[in-house]
Amino acid sequence: MTSGKVVDSLWEVFLQEKNNSGHVHVGSLRASGSEEALQAARDVYARRGSPISIWVVLSESIVASTPADAPSFFDPKDAKSFRYPNYYKVPRTLKDA
Amino acid sequence: MTEASRQFDFEGRIARDEKIEPNDWMPSRYRRQLVRMISQHAHSEVVGMLPEGNWITRAPSLRRKISLLAKVQDEAGHGLYLYGAAETLGAEREDLINRLLGGDARYSSIFNYPSVTWGDVGVIGWLVDQAAMVNQTMLTKCSYGPYARAMIQICKEENFHKRQGMEIMAVLSAGTSAQRAMAQDALDRWWWPTLMMFGPPDEESPHSSELIGWKVKMKSNDELRQWFVDLAVPQAEALDLQIPDPELVRDSKTGHWISGPINWDEFRSILEGEGPCNRERIESRRESHFGGAWVREAARAYEEKCRKKKALERESL
Repeated sequence: MTSGKVVDSLWEVFLQEKNNSGHVHVGSLRASGSEEALQAARDVYARRGSPISIWVVLSESIVASTPADAPSFFDPKDAKSFRYPNYYKVPRTLKDA
Repeated sequence: MTEASRQFDFEGRIARDEKIEPNDWMPSRYRRQLVRMISQHAHSEVVGMLPEGNWITRAPSLRRKISLLAKVQDEAGHGLYLYGAAETLGAEREDLINRLLGGDARYSSIFNYPSVTWGDVGVIGWLVDQAAMVNQTMLTKCSYGPYARAMIQICKEENFHKRQGMEIMAVLSAGTSAQRAMAQDALDRWWWPTLMMFGPPDEESPHSSELIGWKVKMKSNDELRQWFVDLAVPQAEALDLQIPDPELVRDSKTGHWISGPINWDEFRSILEGEGPCNRERIESRRESHFGGAWVREAARAYEEKCRKKKALERESL
């Protein structure tokens, strides 16, 4: 350790709760390494239900946009209506399902 | 953006019930108040393990023992969720813990009372956890996103804590006369301290109006206390136990149960460190923390070893 103070790394925890669902961020923890982080994540964030898997990611590895920047960062929702099925006019006789 | 326009923007977001997230601009006082509140909450979860942990080895049956063990494990997890939430505000966990161990940080006054009988374990689940749930349910709507989300997770788990306490109380209350007396005695000792958990009355609560303005708190101390009393009185009746408040009456107009006066001197003396267990609680935390230092060191040494081994493997490729 270069600095006098020993501090464990901060990890973000993502839990997949059900088969076929995505990994959802559930919180963070501190651990000295990936193995300890994974075990601690199990003990703290997966005490109930039947989770499928856990990801632990070093917090410093995450690059994020900020909600404050959302209006300029993301396209306005309604500006590209041609990206939605309802934009297209189809004769009623032409059934699509 | 100027400081004033940022402030204006922030207040607008609070008014629109938007959640404030870690990387967003926030007034430094908002940040400071949240760190204070969340870290006190985290400390309370951790210190809260002690009065109940006291009974794990003496639980009356294996069924009771596994429940209590699971409950205490939950509290440890809750502490961790909350330290995590505090860290998103730039606080350092190490500092927060050191302040607790040094006796400089506050935690819930309730955990400075001793748990002397098995009845106390029942009352802690039934009343103390229920009071915590009242408070935490309100906090799930808090304007700071990570705190609100931690509260949602905690509330989900806390329900089991309350139910196991209620079950213990129901069994004791329907038991032998000695068991009934134990249940009543526990209620007698814990009722008033539980009411104090909601903090000083509104007119003496230094942080309340600011926190309510920021939507960190959604209701005042007295409102939450009233909410709790209205829940607990019919439950005590159903358990056939007497609430130790001779002045407790039902307001026929509002339907609320009105308590007699609370002994705030007792509350203040506990905050000043003069409660029955203040010293013991901090001493126990210090023992665990410093006694467990070798485990943390070993985990780091192991990690270092794995890292070196991997580096060697890469070199030999």
